[in-house]
Amino acid sequence: MKSLLLPLSLSLLLPLSPLLRAEPWTAPLDQLRKVGPEGAGNAEAAAAWTALTALGPEMLVPVLTAMEGASPLARNWMRTAVETVFDRAIAAKTDVPGGPIKAFLVDRKHEPNARRLAFELYSKLSPEEAAALVPGFADDPSPALRRDAVAKLLAEGKAQLEAGDQAKSLATLNAALDAAREVDQIDAVTKLLREKLAQKVDLPKHFGFLSHWHLIAPFDNTGRAGFDRVFSPETEVKLDAEYPGKEDKPVKWQAYATPDDYGKVDFNQPFGPIKEVTGYAYTEFNAAEARDAQIRLGCKNAWKVWFNGELLFGRDEYHRGQRIDQYSLPVKLKQGKNTILVKACQNEQTQDWTAQWEFQLRVCDATGTAILATDRQPTPEKAAPVRRRPNREGGAKE
Amino acid sequence: MRSSFLHSITPLLLLFAFPAKADWLNFRGPNGSGHAPDITTTVGELSDQTLAWKVALPGRGLGSPIVVGEKVFVTAASGPEQQQLHILCFSAKDGAPLWERRFWATGRTMSHNKTNVAAPTPASDGERIYALYSSNDLICVDLNGNLVWMRGLTLDYPNASNSLGMASSPLVVGDTLVAQIENDSESFAAGFDLLTGVNKWKLDRPKSANWTSPTVLQKDGEAIVALQSSDGILGLLPSTGSSVFTVPGAASTIPSSAASGDELFIPSNGLTVVKLGATGEEPKKVWNQSNQRPGTASVLVTGEKLYLINNAGVLTCAKRASGEVLWEVRLKGPFSGSPVAGGDGKLYIFSEQGVGQVVDPSGEKGVISSEIELGETILSTASLDGETLYIRSDGHLWKFAKK
Repeated sequence: MKSLLLPLSLSLLLPLSPLLRAEPWTAPLDQLRKVGPEGAGNAEAAAAWTALTALGPEMLVPVLTAMEGASPLARNWMRTAVETVFDRAIAAKTDVPGGPIKAFLVDRKHEPNARRLAFELYSKLSPEEAAALVPGFADDPSPALRRDAVAKLLAEGKAQLEAGDQAKSLATLNAALDAAREVDQIDAVTKLLREKLAQKVDLPKHFGFLSHWHLIAPFDNTGRAGFDRVFSPETEVKLDAEYPGKEDKPVKWQAYATPDDYGKVDFNQPFGPIKEVTGYAYTEFNAAEARDAQIRLGCKNAWKVWFNGELLFGRDEYHRGQRIDQYSLPVKLKQGKNTILVKACQNEQTQDWTAQWEFQLRVCDATGTAILATDRQPTPEKAAPVRRRPNREGGAKE
Repeated sequence: MRSSFLHSITPLLLLFAFPAKADWLNFRGPNGSGHAPDITTTVGELSDQTLAWKVALPGRGLGSPIVVGEKVFVTAASGPEQQQLHILCFSAKDGAPLWERRFWATGRTMSHNKTNVAAPTPASDGERIYALYSSNDLICVDLNGNLVWMRGLTLDYPNASNSLGMASSPLVVGDTLVAQIENDSESFAAGFDLLTGVNKWKLDRPKSANWTSPTVLQKDGEAIVALQSSDGILGLLPSTGSSVFTVPGAASTIPSSAASGDELFIPSNGLTVVKLGATGEEPKKVWNQSNQRPGTASVLVTGEKLYLINNAGVLTCAKRASGEVLWEVRLKGPFSGSPVAGGDGKLYIFSEQGVGQVVDPSGEKGVISSEIELGETILSTASLDGETLYIRSDGHLWKFAKK
């Protein structure tokens, strides 16, 4: 009987074992992960944050680790807890072991921003050792770490150029371009390669901009009502179809390819410049494999984007600014054909800075690395630009 | 009976409407209107002799510093895409850094190059700091930097953003933090619980970009928040968001109004002044001067005088009661910040080129009584605290103190 009771009592204890082993940060981190929309969980999170920041530096790596999979809000709660404990320890001259922090930051499976934060902490503890890690970040999945490596390559390439060693500079700057994922760095490297070393740089391919589209326009957008109106391309995409457009004039799809370095698809080129109109752009993207991806859009017109027939997002803001990667829309690529439909609305404003009726769109991963279609066509050659002024009444004026 | 009852509760209501501490707690200080009559003597002079200290900041920002007790708080944004948000706390005494909290922006950080994600001025109730950014991240910390709550308003309301950048500054009124998140798309204003950050109320607002900040009127001891927009003015009770009055007609979306007692000086059709009526009545127009057009700088009212600065950098002083122009003086502009003044009536304003100017209006005509070139871009508004003044430039936080 006694021999029976012993295994029974042990088996009863087994479910409790995780609780018995729970670390002091476990429950607070669970609480921080629960912060939700519209302030849900804030009060509980504040108590959890207080508990976390009462701990010593032993909490740093576990909290950094917990950022993986946490929401953007929860990560910020965790980040401030980490920095608060770290700063306090440094101020108190408490020993903060750098080894575990370094081990965390070089492990690429951890959350990218958490690794960047770990790098900054490690840089305060061991500046020289941290600086020695930077060249290894050139192919890092964390864009914020990769940025430092690109900056270093860019500086080296410039120095080699100034020293007259064009061969070395070319190799260094090409490595910088391969590594660069952020627009300002890509532009800086490209400028040197093109202007100082007479190199061709296929920027649309580097970014992953989609350059080949079919366009159809103009549909109506009088009074900005076109944003909400459902025109025929939203219900079917038939590239040989003809529809009644603005003022019932027939409109048809037409092929369009942009040579722009930043993939700008300019409706004004084939259709305008015209005002109070709506246009659509359609393309197909053949993916090598099913995977997570992002559609990144820049547009200063009101827009909507559909991916594989599903509306991803829409925004009815006009002429407040445009930049590359202005909006990031997560998608799941299917292996093979994927469809992308963009709606771009032009409004009634007549100032020079409201002439643009365009967008730029690329497909990339979460780090900004281009994902190229299996059947990507060559980037079109640039032609001399044609400048036209807006014409409110419709029709183009050369 | 009614009047004596109101008389007896007025001090109590005022106590709840604003913290007792005579600090500089938000954009343009008391009532969000730039005039602090309780500061009887201001710094008076901007010079190397009155420069107490300056400290470097880790990023740009347009928001003003705010002052609570012996601490000065300022926000900043840094990084290639302005995705690092900072709240910084300094010792008012010597500028020593006391603490810093950093956050990753959760909303869009795109803005016009001139402005910045840290464009709004933070607000305080004397116990906590409420920092709003153009990314619509709204963060509450206590005075020691302990995180109290955080909202990502663009996570909650995905089309609430302005690709040029947001700039409206929030304001604590009584037990509510009031913020205008107004833009061309998902435009709203909201009142937030001070302790938890949850919405107490949320109102749809005109779908139009709006960079103005709320101001506070006082009527029979009750604080009424005035929200300005291209549709005019909406007056509401801060705790509930209930509408109290409206002033129709387009108002500016860049310079903000000034509230003085129960009168509101609105950048609308030039300048329009309204006076609150009895409960249930719409405000009455006092006067309008269509040729008095504020530029970017907001309107300022001190006692019987009002001031506005046009886009040419001309400071106009007019009679509060009628709008009659008393004098004009050309300042060294242009200006993105607004003038502020204490009880001695001296005006403090900094140009975009970093020229700090003190205008003494005590004579027949205003004169620039003091001037200093700080050599840095300044797009912000100064803050006053007793005989001291704080200003933030693109790279530094500066303190001037009376000698």
